[in-house]
Amino acid sequence: MATPASPPPKTNRIGLTVLDYKGAKSTLCAGCGHNAISERIIDAMFEMGIKPEQVIKPSGIGCSSKSPAYFLGRSHSFNAVHGRMPSVGTGALLANRKLICLGVSGDGDTASIGIGQFVHTMRRNLPMIYVIEDNGVYGLTKGQFSATADIGSKLKTGVVNELPPIDTCALAIQLGATFVGRSFSGDKKQLLTMLKAALSHKGTVMLDVVSPCVTFNDHEGSTKSYKFMKDHDEPITDVSFVPAFEEIEVDYEPGAVFEATMHDGSRLRLRKLEADYDPSNQGTALKRLSEAKAQDEVLTGIFYVDPAAPNFMEMLDFTEEPLATLPPELVRPPRAALAEAMEYLK
Amino acid sequence: MVTTDMPVVAREEERLRGQNRRIVNDMSLQVATANGSGSQSANMVLLRTIFQMGVPVSGKNLFPSNIAGLPTWYTIRANQHGYIARKKEIDFLIAMNPESAREDVLSLAPGAVVLYDEPLNLNGLRNDLTFYAVPFDKLVAPVCSDAKLRKLVKNMIYVGVAGQLIGLQIEQTERAVRKQFGEKVKAAELNVAAVRAGYEYAKSALVKNDPYWIEPSDKTRGMIIIDGNSAAALGSVFNGVTVVAWYPITPSSTVCEAMIEYLKQYRIGPDGKATFAVVQAEDELAAVGMVIGASWAGARAMTSTSGPGISLMAEFTGLAYYAEVPAVIWDIQRVGPSTGLPTRTSQGDVLKNAYLSHGDAKHILLFPASVSECFDFAGDAFNLAERFQTPVFVMSDLDLGMNNWMSEPFTYPEKPMDRGKVLSQQDLERMGSFARYKDVDDDGIGWRTLPGTDHPAAAYFTRGTGHNEEAKYSERSDDFESNLARLLKKMETAKGYVPPPVVEDAGASIGIIAYGTTHWAIVECRDQLTAEHALATDYLRVRAFPFTSEVEAFIRRHDRVYVVEQNRDRQLLSLLKIELPAELAPKLRSVAHISGLPLDARSVTEEIMQKESE
Repeated sequence: MATPASPPPKTNRIGLTVLDYKGAKSTLCAGCGHNAISERIIDAMFEMGIKPEQVIKPSGIGCSSKSPAYFLGRSHSFNAVHGRMPSVGTGALLANRKLICLGVSGDGDTASIGIGQFVHTMRRNLPMIYVIEDNGVYGLTKGQFSATADIGSKLKTGVVNELPPIDTCALAIQLGATFVGRSFSGDKKQLLTMLKAALSHKGTVMLDVVSPCVTFNDHEGSTKSYKFMKDHDEPITDVSFVPAFEEIEVDYEPGAVFEATMHDGSRLRLRKLEADYDPSNQGTALKRLSEAKAQDEVLTGIFYVDPAAPNFMEMLDFTEEPLATLPPELVRPPRAALAEAMEYLK
Repeated sequence: MVTTDMPVVAREEERLRGQNRRIVNDMSLQVATANGSGSQSANMVLLRTIFQMGVPVSGKNLFPSNIAGLPTWYTIRANQHGYIARKKEIDFLIAMNPESAREDVLSLAPGAVVLYDEPLNLNGLRNDLTFYAVPFDKLVAPVCSDAKLRKLVKNMIYVGVAGQLIGLQIEQTERAVRKQFGEKVKAAELNVAAVRAGYEYAKSALVKNDPYWIEPSDKTRGMIIIDGNSAAALGSVFNGVTVVAWYPITPSSTVCEAMIEYLKQYRIGPDGKATFAVVQAEDELAAVGMVIGASWAGARAMTSTSGPGISLMAEFTGLAYYAEVPAVIWDIQRVGPSTGLPTRTSQGDVLKNAYLSHGDAKHILLFPASVSECFDFAGDAFNLAERFQTPVFVMSDLDLGMNNWMSEPFTYPEKPMDRGKVLSQQDLERMGSFARYKDVDDDGIGWRTLPGTDHPAAAYFTRGTGHNEEAKYSERSDDFESNLARLLKKMETAKGYVPPPVVEDAGASIGIIAYGTTHWAIVECRDQLTAEHALATDYLRVRAFPFTSEVEAFIRRHDRVYVVEQNRDRQLLSLLKIELPAELAPKLRSVAHISGLPLDARSVTEEIMQKESE
């Protein structure tokens, strides 16, 4: 029985369809911001016509770091140890400089256990896209604060965070990162644009993507209520109940402020950098970040870019071909060289 | 005694005594200085002169964990029979350090010789030693006009004085000085002048009054001198290393520092670009992470570290074992636990490294005993790591790594590099798909693909979490069990690939098992046991873990087997008990030393004889 031919799926410049960029079905909570980020990564890679086989996806440990399973199934993934994604990505890039490295980490994975590797990766300016899927909470261990949690935010158990958050973007800029931005998982347009820009950058890209945790992060400020939890009459200490949520989507103009309502009813004030913001100055970027913080706003956009800074590969000055697969005659000096070395040691 | 103060008759008697009792090409000479006083070059010149004269020699630096000021000792042993283990007794002491001089002199055995800096006034301490006083400050002044350099140049004066006394050929010493300073011609000439000043002083002012002589021989012809860390570096450079990540730690830092020099010399490609990448990482966790990332992507990658670094690498090592990623890790062992004695030697990481990780794990260990094995095992380590897709530890130690050893020249690696089971794009086109962790060849080893392989089926998910044959996430018990069983099978297969032990079996009832640098004490100890106690022994030198069948057979064949090692907890003996059939355990006896000093033969001989009499 003949079926009517459906229109051929849209292909990109290398002839692949968006399906060629999909991964396995997500096992994260429904409505998790991380799933939205996975979707945007798929879109960005598809639209940029990146060959999935050229991409590697190192990640650390945590909900965020599971997500590489849910996009780019045709790319090699490496789910490493907690906080150590950058070193694995660094090694792989040194072995094969033709790879495109998209590293995924979380706020716990980066700002606590992985802060050392984060710091030094920002200094080296390797061609690595470092995405922090930032929800301010440890999800897999059922909801402890991370080091990006805001002062005053409250856990389900009632514990209040009293320590100041680490601003990974400000830190990255101070450390010499050459492409630093922040977005919101639900801001399809902005995140996609930033990811596409990231794919064109030759040094380290640090993208902090605020990504609400539907289950554990209330982000409850003093003025906000436990509206959602109360409405559902759920004991606030029971963390085994995972309600299904819709993903939060936002869309707002450059220069504007947008109040995003979180799953628990709390609000996040997002301020987008204006269209004519000049991201070439580290000082300006840091000033804007600190001003936004003072106003309880989450500033989004690309804060700082230095497209000309030499990257780590250029500093090391090694050959263009992947080191991993150089032929033996290039990596094994001849007999005469050993004879020379031996003669010198006599 | 200071001979110039002696009556003429007594002096003549002493001289004759010294001449009558000649001990030729068998002495241990110790130089006691302060750390940072620049004595290293002088000591190297002494060592090299003896080597150039054809006499087998070894040099061991006993230094503090300090930049400058604390006492340091350099011991040179020359021995015509080729014994190059540390000798307990010092025959000839050069005492330059006021801090340690008194204790150094008091600890000498009767009959020893002391050459000392005159103001130290050591000759009153003992009447059973031979003393030579040398006014170093007076001698150095005319040689070196720059007062700041005198402290350094003073060292070369003792080379000249001692050299004249023990019969070193001055022209060989001068050659050694020029070799030491290389292209720094001015420095070389200044130091040659200092050697000559010392030599002339000894000739005119001192009367030989001791029995120790070095005479030309032919036992080092064609040989080289190198430290184990440089040998490891050279071996890696000649065996295709492409990515090196490291974090400085004594005593391993010179592996990667030497590597950088050799790489620059021998590994610049035809395009003028490096065929390698070296990164000084932020810590050992990052260093091993980079090695694992690079090896995963197909590079021959390595790091070097020591005990504290190994502890930090434990988590990543477990990942590499379970996710099956190659990694080469050189462990230049020092004394632990904790910071321990960072500048002293031990074999204290054996047990830990064999099973490093939480959960069940087991790793390939290689035990080099010589600088040439450092060179060879560098290649073996890469071949094994890539063949078995697993971490490989090369278990060197401070004694081997940081001291200079003579050796036959290294032989060029003839075997092609074994890059292991890697599927190419063409393989995948033929096969259509593959299962990363499937035991298709019945050797426990799956096939892998490298990132960047241009085929839609090339990718797989590398993870430390539970996984099945297709590398998919799995928490199923059967998947986990079959995975762990296969990993163990891989280690069984590895037994056919690791360097076999070196066995000397002449049918004795007593066996000795040792490994690494302990070997050099065993060589001498076995001769002592035969010569002094008529006790014949057989010997097996373990060169790898997992243990090959020869090890079990050797223990079975002998009534008693002494396992000699340099740690407290009888670590190799424990490993033998864990891995071999339980009925062999009663045969094993331990000789374990943990002084932080390289093991000497006498201590082993005495302990074996004591245990034999029990």
